[in-house]
Amino acid sequence: MNKLSQIEKELLIQVAELHKIPSGAYSLRKNGESMGLGSTKDIEIVPKKDKSGIDIFVKPNTKGKSMHLPVIITEGGVDDLVYNDFYIGENSDVTIIAGCGIHNSSCNDSRHNGIHSFHLEKNTKVMYYEKHLGEGEGSGKKILNPTTQIYQKQNSIMKMETLQIGGVSDSVRLTEATLEDGAKLIIKENVLTTDRQTVKTSFKVWLKGKSSSADVISHSVAKDKSKQIFESNIIGENACLGHVECDGILLDKGRIVSTPKVDARSSQAELSHEAAIGKIAGEQLTKLMTLGLTEAEATELIINSFLIN
Amino acid sequence: MLELKNINYSILENGVEKKILHDISLKFDDNKVYVITGQNGSGKSTLLKIIMGIIAPTSGEVIFDGQNISKLSIHERAKLGFSYAFQQPVKFKGITVKKLFEIVGSSGIKESCEYLSKVGLCAREYIDRLYDDKLSGGESKRIELALCLARRASLNLFDEPEAGIDLWSFDSLIDIFKNISGTSIIISHQEKIMEIAHEVILLDSGKVVKRGTLDDVKVGKCGRLA
Repeated sequence: MNKLSQIEKELLIQVAELHKIPSGAYSLRKNGESMGLGSTKDIEIVPKKDKSGIDIFVKPNTKGKSMHLPVIITEGGVDDLVYNDFYIGENSDVTIIAGCGIHNSSCNDSRHNGIHSFHLEKNTKVMYYEKHLGEGEGSGKKILNPTTQIYQKQNSIMKMETLQIGGVSDSVRLTEATLEDGAKLIIKENVLTTDRQTVKTSFKVWLKGKSSSADVISHSVAKDKSKQIFESNIIGENACLGHVECDGILLDKGRIVSTPKVDARSSQAELSHEAAIGKIAGEQLTKLMTLGLTEAEATELIINSFLIN
Repeated sequence: MLELKNINYSILENGVEKKILHDISLKFDDNKVYVITGQNGSGKSTLLKIIMGIIAPTSGEVIFDGQNISKLSIHERAKLGFSYAFQQPVKFKGITVKKLFEIVGSSGIKESCEYLSKVGLCAREYIDRLYDDKLSGGESKRIELALCLARRASLNLFDEPEAGIDLWSFDSLIDIFKNISGTSIIISHQEKIMEIAHEVILLDSGKVVKRGTLDDVKVGKCGRLA
């Protein structure tokens, strides 16, 4: 950490809540290059030989361990493409904290394309946190395009929470998952866009296994002239449960387009979707103002709570 | 002291002016309990909202402790010590009960939990919960009431506080109104609440038609004139 500038340290704190190099497994990537890797006896992190990125192997029966995988970009003109593949051994229970922060003060665009795959063996449990943010006053864009592929074997559980809290100019977020018998997937996505930022989010989930389930919850706030497009497609091929919820708040001239799709290919599949988009309910502002908050304070609290909880 | 001077309120309905409140002038003394009653549509909630600043009157003045507060916003009135409990509690997404207590200045978890206990809720079960649609009507109504208590306001405004409190002892609610600090103005149809009021004000078609003790006013069922 001593080799990092103040901006880099602050990005790491914001993206991964890292105040120092973690003692456990980690991978730190800066401006398209690895800055360090650390493995433990349970979690092995190995650089890929054929392309940029890492393979992460979690040994079977690893319980209560975590790893940090932050990426930071502090220069303009960086075009980073990285492949991270996670192999989670049977009966393991791990937490993964990842994220990317771009600080771009230049007039050249910087881009991070993170392609992640998760292979969950039987009876595994993974908590995956991913935080994205952009900052810097330069005219160069801060572009983040995460692609996530999830393969879940029997009775595995994947909880994925993603937070993109502003400053990212453009973003295309793709997530695909395939679930076998008894597997469970819970995704919470929270996105804030401002200015003229755009975000396109797409979820595609195949519920192949009996008693598999997926719950996708998206909370969006579009401010200024920003635009968000949300698409989801849940395909039920067995006796399964699938639910999608897209909830959006519009401020100023923000725009949100939501297309939730459910495709029941089995008569045993139970799939549902709901989408609600609108401005902040006036009565919510009124209520908080009766408790003593100004309208601006009430708006801020409503939005922050909506995105973070 | 709160004083309403010549309050009028009209709305436009299909291009035609409809008067909701007609020239209402009322005085509310400090530390007394008032019940406003009357049939649905008589203007009770509108009057309470005008006092809180949620609705601006078409004409008239609201005077509080000698200060004309007619132009003050909702939050400025809140800062003056006005508290308001909605008939239908407003829910949020992501805001916890604990956060709401923080906003109203409750000094900590222990104090917040005491207020929740006063309204008959097991504090430990509710303090970290989200104040959202998953709460039942009765639960949210009681939390709303606890928040009002935590504010220790000088003027408490309650819009039909008894609605949805069915699972909780009605007597406990009465005790709260008996012991609450400051002035309370309560919209209610409940005779038991009127019994503890220093004064009952009967509204009909946007006008004050009677005021006095419950016996003086002789309110009929559902706020009709007896």
